Amino acid sequence: MTEPSGILIQQALLYGESQVDIRISHGVITEIGADLEPRGEEITPAHGRVALPAFVDLHTHLREPGREDAETIRTGSQAAALGGFSAVFAMANTAPVADTAGVVEQVFRLGQEAGYVDVFPIGAVTVGLAGERLAEMGAMANSAAHVRVFSDDGNCVSDPLLMRRALEYVKTFGGVIAQHAQEPRLTEGAQMNEGELSGLLGLTGWPAVAEESIIARDILLASHVKSRLHVCHVSTAGSVELIKWAKSHGINVTAEVTPHHLLLTEDLVRNYDPVYKVNPPLRTNADVMALRKGLAEGTIDIVATDHAPHPHESKDCEWNYAAFGMLGLETALGAVTLAMRDQVGWNWHTLAQRMSITPANIGQAHEHGRPLEVGEIANIVLIDPIAERIIDPNKFASISRNSPYASMSLPTVVTDLIRRGQFIVRGGELCA
Amino acid sequence: MKHLVSVADLTKTEAIRILDTAMQLDQVTEHGAKKLPTLRGRTVVNLFYEDSTRTRLSFELAAKRLSADVITFSAKGSSVSKGESLKDTALTLQAMGADAVIIRHFASGAAHQMAHTGWIKAHIINAGDGTHEHPTQALLDAYTIRRHLAPHRQDFEGLTVGIVGDVLHSRVARSNIGLLSALGAKVIVVGPPTLMPVGVEEWPCEIRYQLDDSLPELDAIMMLRVQQERMNGSFFPSVEEYSREYGLNRIRASRLPDHAVVMHPGPMNRGVEITAEVADGHRSVITEQVANGVIVRMAVLYLLIGGGAHD
Repeated sequence: MTEPSGILIQQALLYGESQVDIRISHGVITEIGADLEPRGEEITPAHGRVALPAFVDLHTHLREPGREDAETIRTGSQAAALGGFSAVFAMANTAPVADTAGVVEQVFRLGQEAGYVDVFPIGAVTVGLAGERLAEMGAMANSAAHVRVFSDDGNCVSDPLLMRRALEYVKTFGGVIAQHAQEPRLTEGAQMNEGELSGLLGLTGWPAVAEESIIARDILLASHVKSRLHVCHVSTAGSVELIKWAKSHGINVTAEVTPHHLLLTEDLVRNYDPVYKVNPPLRTNADVMALRKGLAEGTIDIVATDHAPHPHESKDCEWNYAAFGMLGLETALGAVTLAMRDQVGWNWHTLAQRMSITPANIGQAHEHGRPLEVGEIANIVLIDPIAERIIDPNKFASISRNSPYASMSLPTVVTDLIRRGQFIVRGGELCA
Repeated sequence: MKHLVSVADLTKTEAIRILDTAMQLDQVTEHGAKKLPTLRGRTVVNLFYEDSTRTRLSFELAAKRLSADVITFSAKGSSVSKGESLKDTALTLQAMGADAVIIRHFASGAAHQMAHTGWIKAHIINAGDGTHEHPTQALLDAYTIRRHLAPHRQDFEGLTVGIVGDVLHSRVARSNIGLLSALGAKVIVVGPPTLMPVGVEEWPCEIRYQLDDSLPELDAIMMLRVQQERMNGSFFPSVEEYSREYGLNRIRASRLPDHAVVMHPGPMNRGVEITAEVADGHRSVITEQVANGVIVRMAVLYLLIGGGAHD
């Protein structure tokens, strides 16, 4: 039996708008138009489904090396593919830390071997994420992994001088520092958003100012040294204001928000269920509304999942002892859609911008986040826009189960993922 | 009422009922019946993750006076760093057939989790969880206030209670503010702003930063313990300054109304939040609080597991 020579997607809604057929051959989109003649390709009927450039996640924890009990590069890649992502950026807080060319090359290679999505390692800013001296960012940039995004995520580069140097240094190779904005002294022992509820629950507060003060400082540093700053997981209304201010002054800053910060609030902490423990913490409804508006308007550039797998034991315990973080890859589209669909100006184009095109640009993943046009590499996600899905973490590809959406109904379903002209996900299932 | 995790679990009627029951138990035991058969055959587990001789003994005595079998499970240290998890302990106690578990834990919410995650079917009584709540302490304080200031009344309308000190880290303060205000008392909370939780202005109490002006208004004053670890945490410049501003000494005590009582949940730092002179003085009801603790905990056990709640 001969393999079909390509893929013909029939009757898909391009960006949710015009109904077209898309012909893919040798990994490239070769033709877009109505009623294309089949030429022996594999035919994919996609009537009523939305075609978008496949998603790119700038912030994922794949846990390998070191915590393969929580996730591996393979299972994380599978989760990403099922979520409609063709590329993910893997955070550096592994064990060992991705602070050398050796580790980032290993992560990159394991991603290629798994073969579901492109895994781009993020390099650590400081050795061992310790915040004391710069990691060899140049070596990581020049390695086979070609690292362009650097982050101590999990920790904040809190030393202002070190942050300044890092911002300056990555200019050498056009890199970007992705900052986990958390003033460490203001968040010692912090467990949840600081406000009336933290007082009532007797949990140590994580004040908005701990995020905002670092963002303000970093914006000014980025401006001063004329470098690029990316702010991870923005969680407060005040942070949105600061980023808006920075952009209005022409400062080169981008920002991300997670699906969970767009959808969930601190009220979920009332039952002390650690599945809702995350860093930065779930905030108030006012923050959620500001984040949604910021994302719709483009003040916040992208959605990034901060997919953070943890084994069951790390969440099945007292709140104080539980690990921070929640899964995100397999639920990102549904959560974002539920949070954003009523926002003014939100449509499939905006979604593609925030979840594919801009994150690929920030991370310099040049083959991803490309427009669906003839001649472009075929990284395409097909979405059923009508379907709803009851989330059952037991069905996840991820090894871990710490999803805050268990039993929730989320709108939209990713049905297919094509990466470089090959099906990775077909009919909602991973291809072998 | 199946569990007692937070004072918010109690309606005003239920709270009054606990105090009334305590009053009755007090009379019964005063008339010679040291031990009642009410909980014969029931197993009560004292599960203490945090040292607290006073609370543990108080519960133990309360359960024994009701003829329950009492087991003490002292699980020192965090569940993560060593030993079995809270969940496994709960499952173990469930398998052993515990009827009630009295839990004290470092982590806020531990009692809530025991009561509501389905690990164990027993009644859960919170004996202090982190910086969250300590509901039986609030009940025994309310009982003490009732005996001295409102002996023939059920509610506390017209009474003003001052709570002084580290509200931020105090589960005693949280439970007392909730319960006393629910019973109708006016609660004035006094302490340095560094030891007030963010959002405290939304609580059912008045916030003040100065102690001296408030003293003449108070029918009862409750001094909170200053924990050792706060003394070096930049919450206040020095223990001496704290003591000068917020410590209850003879001169301050003399500015209280004549009928006012001085309370402390213990253990006291004599010379820090309260001077020895005041602690041992004629207004002090601190040792009486300890005695009342046993009575009130008997009432809680009786109503929760003795079936008294369904009479």
